[in-house]
Amino acid sequence: MAFLQGTRRPKAIRGTRKRGIALHVSLILGVLLSAFPFYWAVIMSTHTSSEIFSYPPKLLPGTHFLENVRSLFDNIDFFGSMFNSVLVAGSVTFLVLFFDSLAAFVFAKFQFPGKNVLFALLMVIFMVPAQLAAIPQFVIMAKLGWIGSMTALIVPAAANAFGIFWMRQYMKSAIHDELLDASRIDGANFLRQYWHVALPVVRPGLAFLGIFTFMGQWNDYAWPLIALTNPNNVTLQVALSQLNGTHGTTDYGMVMTGALLALVPLLIVFAVGAKQIIGDLGKGAIR
Amino acid sequence: MATALDKPPAAVDSSSASSRPKNGFRKYWHLYAAISPFYLLFLCFGLIPVGFSFYLSLHRWDGLGSMEWAGLSQYKYLLSDTDFWNSIGNTLIIWALATFPMIFLAMITAVMLNSAVRFKNVYRFAYFLPNVTSVVAIAIVFGSVFSTNFGLVNALLQAVGIDQIAWLNTPWGIKIAIATLMTWQWTGYNAIIFLAGLQTIPSEVYEAARMDGAGPVQTFFRITLPMMRPVLLFVLIISTVTGLQSFSEPQVLLQNTSNDSTFAGGPGHSGQTMVLYFFQQTFDNNDFGYGAAVAWGIFLVVIIFSIVNWRLVQRRGED
Repeated sequence: MAFLQGTRRPKAIRGTRKRGIALHVSLILGVLLSAFPFYWAVIMSTHTSSEIFSYPPKLLPGTHFLENVRSLFDNIDFFGSMFNSVLVAGSVTFLVLFFDSLAAFVFAKFQFPGKNVLFALLMVIFMVPAQLAAIPQFVIMAKLGWIGSMTALIVPAAANAFGIFWMRQYMKSAIHDELLDASRIDGANFLRQYWHVALPVVRPGLAFLGIFTFMGQWNDYAWPLIALTNPNNVTLQVALSQLNGTHGTTDYGMVMTGALLALVPLLIVFAVGAKQIIGDLGKGAIR
Repeated sequence: MATALDKPPAAVDSSSASSRPKNGFRKYWHLYAAISPFYLLFLCFGLIPVGFSFYLSLHRWDGLGSMEWAGLSQYKYLLSDTDFWNSIGNTLIIWALATFPMIFLAMITAVMLNSAVRFKNVYRFAYFLPNVTSVVAIAIVFGSVFSTNFGLVNALLQAVGIDQIAWLNTPWGIKIAIATLMTWQWTGYNAIIFLAGLQTIPSEVYEAARMDGAGPVQTFFRITLPMMRPVLLFVLIISTVTGLQSFSEPQVLLQNTSNDSTFAGGPGHSGQTMVLYFFQQTFDNNDFGYGAAVAWGIFLVVIIFSIVNWRLVQRRGED
């Protein structure tokens, strides 16, 4: 672990280079381990079940991908489920960005009676585990007639403690008080300050929170599994799980094709926002 | 998250800087309105449900009929419920099997990333990838990797002459498969958090250590690790809170390996975590009252365990 130090002495150049190679070899090994399940999913989604069950295992892509895609579409309403997932993740992301940033702006830049108590409450809420509220939530939503519909997923997720807390941290340093004072002297009211002064400055923060929220909602599983009681009207994750549960041992090629296709939209979102996500994640932890 | 590290607010109070607060609500109503959506949602889907779930735990209720007062009897039953204790054991074992390798690997990866000058961003992207994938999709993939008959792990074992292991059919096989999945998904995520922590350690500190003749191992244990304690604590607490509430990984991996329930956690319930047990009691057995008691039991276990972890890491810092 001599590579901990940033400086190098001329004498040690040779050793350093060797260590550099060893370093990159181990890092690449880690990358391969990270990537392997994706590769394995590709392999399996391109083979028939009988090929998958044969020994030795296939290590190169096969030729039955389209066949698997066709039987996937025959077995589940793939695009209907995907539409539901996009609807839920999209609406929640939009609502979270608006409500969380508005509340965060207040907590970051204004003083008012009860502020500290309300903010402390926010932190406590952050710690309450989901299953503690799950049963009554289910009962309340059944009373409201939301069970079985996407409303049951969207409404309770429309604002969250993590987003408010995180945006507050971001806004505290990103929005300068002189800027707010100047806008106030120019006669801007609270909403104008939020919309024209705060939001433009914290756009990178919004991007992080937006991508983070979208991915979280897209991948959410436990609550949708319970709340979406109509098996024909579910999100993609629940549809995939149904596929695995009922066809698990029969058609692995098809199940794997579903898993793979469900990852594609997410990988696109991640590829677009990776820099933001990875950069800001670290900042949040050490701030 | 790290409130203790929070800098004191330098903010100038921009709304009341000119005048003294007089009539509180009239003056500040727009601020209360701006934060109200979250608190309203929390009231409807957080506070009231949590209170109601405590009320429920004192009753017998199947979700449809009338509630029946049960007092503390369901909590008493919970204490002697061997299935619940089994699920606590499973959860803790899986948590330990996943968390310690994960923190160890993440720390090594972060130290390596911190010193690798080239391709750092490519590496970070690749290491973070497992974390953005859905647990459902990845549990399906891992289910096939650990399959008894055609799984890759068994094929490898067979290639070196070891007998097949029925991974998803034996108590330890199940736990190892779940823990491997978790380790795979969270190592890169934690490595990137550790990396952010490493980057805050000023290079002069290392410089000084080198001047004093400290070797690389000594530097790591005497400087890097102590300075990383807050980040380590953060990662440990987050891993504890999320790891002790694992649900999706065992549910998807084991949903069709057992006949009695999709929440059974495999043969012999050996992969049934606490939250899986909660789901089984509540939504399969329709025992809403007992389910609520189980939920409070889980809450207690998570809190106790988080405090223990926190104290352990803190105390070592004082030595």
